[in-house]
Parts: sequence; structure tokens; C-alpha cells
Amino acid sequence: MSTEQGVDGGMTVIETILARAAGRDRVRPGDTVVTRVDMNVLIDLMFTRWVDPLRIADPDRTAIVLDHAVPAPTLVDAEAGVRARHFAEAFGIKRFFDVGRHGICHQVIAENALALPGQVLTCTDSHTCAGGAYNTAARGLGPAEVVGILCTGETWYTVAPTIRYELDGELAPGIGGKDVFLHIAGTYGDATNHNLEFGGPGLASVPMNDRRTIATQGAEVSADFTVFEYDDRCGEFLAAHGAAEYTPAQPGPDANYAVVRHVDLGALVPHVARPGTVSRNAFPVTEVEDRAVQQCFVGSCANGQLDDLRISAELLRGRRVADGVRLIVTPASQQVYRDAVRLGYVQDIADAGAVVTNSTCGACFGYHMGLLGAGEVCLTASTRNFRGRMGSPDAEIYMASTATVVTSAVTGRITDPREVLA
Amino acid sequence: MNHEITGRTWVIGDSVDTDAMYPGFAMKLPVEEAARHVLYDLRPGWTEQVEAGDILVAGRNFGIGSSRPVAALLRHLGIAALIAEEFNSLFLRNAINNGLPALAVPDVRRFVSEGDVLTLNLATGQVDTPAGRLDAAPLPAMVLDILDAGGLLPRLAAAGYLPREDA
Ligand code: SF4
Repeated sequence: MSTEQGVDGGMTVIETILARAAGRDRVRPGDTVVTRVDMNVLIDLMFTRWVDPLRIADPDRTAIVLDHAVPAPTLVDAEAGVRARHFAEAFGIKRFFDVGRHGICHQVIAENALALPGQVLTCTDSHTCAGGAYNTAARGLGPAEVVGILCTGETWYTVAPTIRYELDGELAPGIGGKDVFLHIAGTYGDATNHNLEFGGPGLASVPMNDRRTIATQGAEVSADFTVFEYDDRCGEFLAAHGAAEYTPAQPGPDANYAVVRHVDLGALVPHVARPGTVSRNAFPVTEVEDRAVQQCFVGSCANGQLDDLRISAELLRGRRVADGVRLIVTPASQQVYRDAVRLGYVQDIADAGAVVTNSTCGACFGYHMGLLGAGEVCLTASTRNFRGRMGSPDAEIYMASTATVVTSAVTGRITDPREVLA
Repeated sequence: MNHEITGRTWVIGDSVDTDAMYPGFAMKLPVEEAARHVLYDLRPGWTEQVEAGDILVAGRNFGIGSSRPVAALLRHLGIAALIAEEFNSLFLRNAINNGLPALAVPDVRRFVSEGDVLTLNLATGQVDTPAGRLDAAPLPAMVLDILDAGGLLPRLAAAGYLPREDA
């Protein structure tokens, strides 16, 4: 691979990638450009209303992941699966992740190095910004647009201004990417029609799983793209996952930002978002009301990674989920599930009285499995705490890191994980 | 398409999210049935009151959330256009690509009350309300082209990528 940096001094990471993909020397906020798309990912839900195209741009720049509703919980989903399999076969799409090789699309994208530094990735899911952890211009688009990209291999973007987060210091033990994100969302609120860029001297200390949690959650503050600078740690992750050639995009030294904000990683404490939104609604756990919880959930594209299952297992070993609490743990992919079984995490989690499920979106989006009834309180490590997201609109969804969620499942109340970790 | 649209308004608040318009349980239903659940919790009964040609006016950060095609439901209900003080960009793209005109008009709610009839022009950005005229940024030519085709899928069909009868 090449380590050549962005050639234009004045551009942010996203501007560098979009300029390159549009074949232009530079782009500025406000420009609308047509870009090539390096990888386009289709998910199962797209195939519930589906017509095979007559021709597609490039089967090798296309992947299909069955994730939101697998194994099919309804007949509609079963028929979508039939159409997806037929389409993959008929159009020679080799990157087809059917049930058994499945996982939540953003996890599958990571495991198979489909999101590469300096490239453009699209997918019909709003948390596609997850790929920004790997220095990729990745964002969610609607189903019609993804069909368009499937056909033509390109799309358009209007370049948004970028907010830069400069990371300083190092995360304390027990503090995760979720806490970084909730601190930012709670402090600064929405970033609608802006990109988020993360870098700085503290970046090297942030593990790849935490970067992905942060990048995934960019959608929750309404950002366009969320992207991290490229570094050796990212390169090592990608090499371990069989990445092909790529050219990272680094920000120019005089890149133009809407605002630059500093985050002192060492000063962060566990955070909890109250129900409804994360935006200006997330607080240090010590400031959040002492609520009893009925369901705790560790899963989703943000926090169903192997590290989340490891943290869950470590906290649950020798402990028990409180009476009256359901702890649901959903690995983000079949690969995570298999690794977690092999490493003994599933045993520890299940022994403590938690339920380890098949890998799927499931409980995260209130479609199948793990729904909440009226009046219930849930603490989730998943992506989204909108009213009604996980079932009844009269349930309340709080959000926190995996460590906070699992600790709270043990105590039965929203609990500071440092009480247990200390 | 005609770039000037006149209709009666419905006004909703800030940060109305996609789960509020296209809840998870409705994703199992055909479009006609799913459309009956738009704003099921925020404005119960609204889908019975809305009429073809109405305009939905929202506040800031309209449509934060997922990529589920809310616009298809709104079109099914007859909504002729969306106006918001600020759109989530994924939601805005989804509207355009589904052939539903959407115009960002900062401060629009200061000038519009629910039930007002207003006229917007997509190509000039001009919005005429009972309280006066507002000037917003017009839609770019590329976006007007997609709307003129009736959305992205009809345009792909016209270009020979999709079978015509299904688009
Ligand atoms: S896990 Fe949740 S947020 Fe992530 S892709 Fe699935 S439904 Fe969306």
C-alpha cells in the first residue's frame, strides 16, 4: 500500500476523498460533485421491494449482506432473501454474505476490509458512517439511491463543512468509544449538514473498536460523514483483515474547519443518554437519575463487537444478572459469535443469566426480538434511543457504554461501572 | 414537473425522526398500510386528516434517523411537498430520490401557522405565505432533474437500467 498523503494542503479528510473520487484538484464546502463509488453494499431490507436491474456497473464493487432480519422472522423477509440470493447468483456478486456468513452490515464491512482508507463506500443503512473509522468516506443513503449506484457506479454529494475533533490524552480504563461520543453529543448537540473529523495526538491510543463505535454514532447527531484520520493502528487492523491496495487521505496542514474542538480523553467519565435523543441529552452517569431497568441490551453495529462481548464476559464472570432484568447480548456478526464462543465469552455471559442471541439487527430497531413493552425501562449500548425505537412508544430507552449496561444489568439500576471496576 | 406548488400546511416540530414517521412495526407492512402509521405517536389520527396536495412543514433537523423510505409513505398519503427549517441530509436525499419535492426554508415556522395555504417555487426558492414572502435557496438543477423525472427509479428506467413497467 501507499502512504502518500492528501496532495492538497487545504482540504479536510472528507474533502480530500471526495475531490479524488470526483477527479478534481479540490472541492470546497457547498460544491456539489459527482463521484465514483468504490464499494456499494446492499442489505436484506432492500429486497423486500425489489426489481432486478437490466445491467449493473460492477459486481466486484458490490456486496450484499443479510443482516436486519435474519434468519427471516416473517414471510416478507423470507421472500426478500429469495430475491437477494437470486440476484447475487444472476449478477455474479461474489461478496454475498448469506445466513451463516452473515452479520450486521457495518461489522461485515469491517471484517472484510470493504471500507478502505481514502475511498468512497455507500450502503442503504444510516449507520454506514461506521466505515469512517477506517478513513473511508462512508455514509448511509436511501434504497433508491443505492439502486442508482448499483446501476451507474456513481453518485453525487454536496460537500458540507467539517467539524474537527482533536483528541488529547488517553482513555481511562473502563471508558469506551460510547462515552467519547455521548460526551460530544451531550455537549455540542446536532451536527446537521456537517461532517465530523477525528484526529490529534490522542488518536493513537484509541482502539479500532472504539473508533468504530464513535464513527457509527455520527448518524445520531445528524452528521453527513464521520471520519477518522489514518494511522498505523488502522493500517494494522486492515492488514489483519486482508485489505487490498489503498491510499489514505490525511487532512492538509491548513485545512479549513467550521470549528475545531478538543476532547481530553483522560478526563472523560462514563456517560448516559436519557430517552429520546442523544443530542444535548447525555450526561455523566453520576448526574443521571437512579432508575431501575427491566431490559439491558449489548449489541448493534456500534457495540456488538468482539470487544463488547469480552467486556461483558469480564464483568459477568462470577456475577449474576439481577432478578427482574433481561440482559440480551447480540454479537454483531457470525464471526464475532464464533470468536466469542471459542474464547469462552459466551459461556461466561450465559452462565450469568444473560441471553446470547444470533447475530442480527434484531432488538436494535424494534422489528423482531427483544422488544419493549409499555412502561418498561431499557438501558442499551446500541445506536439509537428514539421514542418507540425498540417497541412500545411508552417504553423509555437510556443509552450507555457496554460496561455501564452490563454493570447495570447486575445491579438492576443505572449504575456507574467504576463502582464494580474499582 | 410543475415547479410551483400550492397547498394547505401541516406544521410539526424540531428533530422529528424517521422512527416517528416509519416505525419498526410498520416496516413489515405494504406501503398502503404502513402509510397509516406515519406520526402514529406524535399526531395520532393525522393520516386520516391529511389530503392530497397538502404540504408538511417541519422545524430543524427534520428526518434524523434511518434510511427507511419515509418519502414513499408521505407520497402515498398525497403530501405534495416538504418544507423544513433544516433537513437531515439523508432524509432530504431520500425525499428527492422518491420524487417528493423538499425545500429548506430557515425560520419558516415564524411565518406559517398550521392550515395556512402557501405557494412554493422549487426553481426560484420563493415561498408565498399569508404573512409574507420568503426567499430560500432554490433547488440545484441536478436535483430538479431528478424531481422532473418523478424520482430516481423512473429516471433509471428511462436510461435503460431498470425495466420500465416496474419503476
Ligand atoms: S444494528 Fe441497529 S443501527 Fe446498526 S444497522 Fe442494524 S438496525 Fe441499524
